Amino acid sequence: MSFITGVGLTAFGRHEGSSSLDLMRKAAGLAIADAGLKRSEIDGILCGYSTVAPHIMLATVFAEHFGIRPAYAHAVQVGGATGLAMTMLAHHLVEAGVVRHVLVVAGENRLTGQSRDASILALAQVGHPDYEVPLGPTIPAYYGLVASRYMHEYGVTEEDLAEFAVLMRKHALTHPGAQFHDAVTIADVMASKPVALPLKLLDCCPVSDGGAAFVVSRERTGQIGVRVLGCAQAHTHQHVTAAPALSELGAEISIARAKAACGVDISDVRYAAVYDSFTITLAMLLEDLGLAGRGEAAARVRSGHFSRDGAMPLNTHGGLLSYGHCGVGGAMAHLVETHLQMTGRASNRQVRDASIALLHGDGGVLSSHVSMFLERMR
Amino acid sequence: MSGSKRALADWTTGAEAIVYQSCAACGGLQYFRRSFCVACGAADPAQKRASGAGIVYATSLVCRAATPETRVHIPYNIVLVDTDEGFRMMAHGDNDLSIGDKVTARFAPFAGRLVPYFARTKS
Repeated sequence: MSFITGVGLTAFGRHEGSSSLDLMRKAAGLAIADAGLKRSEIDGILCGYSTVAPHIMLATVFAEHFGIRPAYAHAVQVGGATGLAMTMLAHHLVEAGVVRHVLVVAGENRLTGQSRDASILALAQVGHPDYEVPLGPTIPAYYGLVASRYMHEYGVTEEDLAEFAVLMRKHALTHPGAQFHDAVTIADVMASKPVALPLKLLDCCPVSDGGAAFVVSRERTGQIGVRVLGCAQAHTHQHVTAAPALSELGAEISIARAKAACGVDISDVRYAAVYDSFTITLAMLLEDLGLAGRGEAAARVRSGHFSRDGAMPLNTHGGLLSYGHCGVGGAMAHLVETHLQMTGRASNRQVRDASIALLHGDGGVLSSHVSMFLERMR
Repeated sequence: MSGSKRALADWTTGAEAIVYQSCAACGGLQYFRRSFCVACGAADPAQKRASGAGIVYATSLVCRAATPETRVHIPYNIVLVDTDEGFRMMAHGDNDLSIGDKVTARFAPFAGRLVPYFARTKS
């Protein structure tokens, strides 16, 4: 068994003068304190990567900087799926008895540490170096391609996609740490600057500074335990040119494996934390995961299904779209928020029941997927 | 490539051609060049020139580029095309292309090189 025993999250946005290590340290300190542990009790470290400060041994660099000497440490790189992939690995490491308390940490000064062009350029390199990158695509363009096809096949409109941007912003308005604090409307999304059509500026997550961390332990350290029930991955391709048909995408494979791993069904889930780099990402993943029928996710947003008081509250912190996206830490914020919801600590954002949560992360261009179920134990 | 045969020149090496590979052993097709068949592992799949005909699978009009060299071209349309030969490729195309359009490739300058560029096939 493994438990998420502590979580830490910085505000996302501008952290002028903070390095990636600074943001990692800040989040790590919060998570360890939240778990009620001392730094010396952490015997494993898993960390993400920083595009601003790439290093071949980031986990060791961080361990030295932070002042601990773990028995197990390395970095993990699966793009946007890294946070959940690290959590899955931490779960297996503590279950296998390799370590007792794994610190999972990521942080990056992606907004103030480099130009926006540099970020866009760095991320576009997930494309094929010979057959895609020379064509000048950007990450929004890769997802724009996916969006155009998905909209064509399932009759989804740009207004439908805008619903997700509006919902995530609405949620972010209730979180003081979110990058954005101004409400947006469907009309605002539709009128926002074209980036890679059909995706417009407000269909895209921002570039942020921020950090996130959690501790995964063999036993619970607090009254309420948040336990990893089951998790699974699927990796179908790297490049969008080589992606399978929309009917065989990785999210469906990973969620089927995760369900099989622990016997949980979608109807058991009370809270959802789903990767939302773009509005299309969220729309597709909700439908791939079975949280909405094909082409029906936007209608469920309109009916309030995914709102705080709805049947399936979703990304109540505002998600990547509005809490912000600092790289690996971006999607880790989804897990931090889930933990706060499951332990009844989400203050004005608290949902009625978050006893079983579904988390899903996606890396690349819907390339790498991690699905995970968490359960609250009293 | 590391196989025994010389690589046929194509647009990725500056020539006005689209090249793909087909495996004599299993019949598999692949667009990203390798010295082996990705489906069955057989060595040295045959290299073939594609006709340049296909159907638009997906499009995205790039309006925000990240380098000075690409920025002078905006807006430019990135397309995925399902070729008549049976493989999928990324390319550029006319800005008004729609999914399902029958298209034919030519080659156009982009950011200091030639890239495949699709326009609707004239009937």
